Amino acid sequence: MSVWLHIALWAAILFGGAWVFRWAGQQLPNPRPRPYFRDMSYAVAFGFLLAAAALYWTVQLYFVDRVVFFRWAVQGFLFFAAAGWAFRLLGRHVGTPGTRKLFRKMPLTAAFGILVILVYAVVAIFADVLAPFGQEQVFERVNVLPGGNPETGGDPRFLLGTDQIGRDLLSRLIYGAQNTVGIAFVTTCLAFLLGASLGFLAATLGGWLDQLLSRGVDVLMAIPSLIFALLLMTIASAWAGSEKWLLTVYMIVIIAVLDSTRVFRLSRAVGANIVVMDYIEAAKLRGETLTYLIFREILPNAYAPLLAEFGLRFCFVFLTIAALSFLGVGIQPPLADWGTMVRDLSQFINFAGVSPLTAALPLMAAGAIALLTVAVNFVVDWMLYQSSGLKD
Amino acid sequence: MQSVARIIAQRLGLGLVTLFFVSVIIFAAVNMLPGDFAQAILGQGATPEAVEAIRRDLGLDKPPITRYFDWLGGVLQGDFGTSFAAANFRSFTGAETGSGLGSVAAQVAPRFENTLFLAGVTAAIAVPFSLILGVLAALFRNSIFDRAANIGTLTSISSPEFFLAYILILFLAVLNPMLPSLSNIYADMSFGERLERTLLPALTLTLVVTAHMMRMTRAAIINLLASPYIEMARLKGISPLRVIVKHALPNALAPIINVIALNLAYLITGVVVVEVVFVYPGIGQLFVDSVKIRDIPVVQACCLIFAAAYILLNLLADILSILSNPRLRHPK
Repeated sequence: MSVWLHIALWAAILFGGAWVFRWAGQQLPNPRPRPYFRDMSYAVAFGFLLAAAALYWTVQLYFVDRVVFFRWAVQGFLFFAAAGWAFRLLGRHVGTPGTRKLFRKMPLTAAFGILVILVYAVVAIFADVLAPFGQEQVFERVNVLPGGNPETGGDPRFLLGTDQIGRDLLSRLIYGAQNTVGIAFVTTCLAFLLGASLGFLAATLGGWLDQLLSRGVDVLMAIPSLIFALLLMTIASAWAGSEKWLLTVYMIVIIAVLDSTRVFRLSRAVGANIVVMDYIEAAKLRGETLTYLIFREILPNAYAPLLAEFGLRFCFVFLTIAALSFLGVGIQPPLADWGTMVRDLSQFINFAGVSPLTAALPLMAAGAIALLTVAVNFVVDWMLYQSSGLKD
Repeated sequence: MQSVARIIAQRLGLGLVTLFFVSVIIFAAVNMLPGDFAQAILGQGATPEAVEAIRRDLGLDKPPITRYFDWLGGVLQGDFGTSFAAANFRSFTGAETGSGLGSVAAQVAPRFENTLFLAGVTAAIAVPFSLILGVLAALFRNSIFDRAANIGTLTSISSPEFFLAYILILFLAVLNPMLPSLSNIYADMSFGERLERTLLPALTLTLVVTAHMMRMTRAAIINLLASPYIEMARLKGISPLRVIVKHALPNALAPIINVIALNLAYLITGVVVVEVVFVYPGIGQLFVDSVKIRDIPVVQACCLIFAAAYILLNLLADILSILSNPRLRHPK
């Protein structure tokens, strides 16, 4: 019952406080801010009070030891914001005039996104150098707790501890960047190669080929892609048998084909708008070949929407692969990957009250996935905003 | 009204045709399995006689086209065939299970109900929530609130479902034990208890779908704010909230309804991962389990159900947007 009393008390403070706040503003001796408070609607005053209360709760929660996660989240948020800001500042003063101008107009979210993507790329490429151990290396000490402190069951050699069969979790987290991001990138490229070339072909040639491909894509898109991917993975796992790496290859092909349907739709629509242009007519009259038409005339003009689509498609593919791995049918062990790590470590979350760092392990792997997709989305959002010329 | 009825009939027909092709694709995909079902059921060490018996039992000795129409005919009558796990059990015991436990339909039906319950709870929370948030974002556009809502929704839309799910578990189940982190639901549970167990997965799904709906509501309303009749309402001296709720919102309803229906369709895929995280006994959980043990008839049935629901909701979005926007009834 005291909880309800608490809530009622806060509501009374907020609702009453908003009115008092506005009234106090109207009584200010200085005439300058008075019109602002006079015209203020009650909702705005309430919003100010709510924001103040939210700030107060945040600060209060920040100093509660039991929810150390919240402190980490706030610290992480502030750190990333500062890093994005510093990166934008760097970009404004270093580089060619072109990039400097680009950075000058860039919002903070986009700068943050580009920074995160760069960091992921570096970690993925240099995983072999950065990781302290190999991803398949098994040590005799299993279930070492994270933290590196021997008194609390840690080991200074394994900063994040080891898993059930004794593999170093930090190394696996770093290799996860290589495997998960790398495989998602390859899949997206494959999907684009397939979808864009077929889409442009359908747009240029038209006729029965266009009809056939479009109707085929319609039917494929009528099945939710994660569901269809799971169905096909069942069959692929029967074909692959005990050869685990083959299953990963099948997964790449399956997801690439399923995702190429979306790329096909977009590139066909974009291509169809370009094909009717006069310069295409001129090129056709010159007697240029089909490959020239597609790669030298259509592709350069469809560049901007396709690039934005590439970012979004990458997010979808990345999330699909993570979901499949999380469900246990995606990237197969011994390859380290974030989705599988989340599933394997998920039980640790119940130790949050005892050992917060242990409980944070599954969240780290899941957060690594989330951070990259958020970053890519921020960048795509900014790119779309720029290319569309939207101002409000 | 004549034309509306005709358009709806046309769309329904198109949906049925799509569903037919989808069933063909699912059947064809399943038939690409190496070997055949009988081998898959019994495993490596099966005697040829046993394989032959099962093959006859399941009708595998007939040609694929006959089998497809047998399967389709069964599905139309609510009979999705026999689960492998059950068929395997029967082949060992030799007993004819008359209880109907082995049929796929008996496995799927109660779980389908649970999933509908989850989706219903989610929709009941998410739709009003995102509408209110969207209207507020449009009302206070370009303010700090709008930016914060924009960044927040973009973050939640691009995080994987399991990340959101575990964060909710961490804060609402482990650190502050308010809700149960496992949603084991039984048939004879009271409604309140059932709701309590469903709340955490429903909240996760709400976070996933709210973003899209809220952004669409905001965009659809802001699109209209430049129109002359809104200008007129503003000049009359109506309050900004009233302008948006009474004048802009009804005209923005078509795209909003469309996006709500599409997001409910999206729920269908999101439900799979979320059900696995919370061990919710829904159809998504059954689907993933069957994928792992390769129980093909169940996988086939679940896939068909998911696809049918997806097509139906898309169809609904289509029809509702035609009904709410008369301009779409007369394509140029």
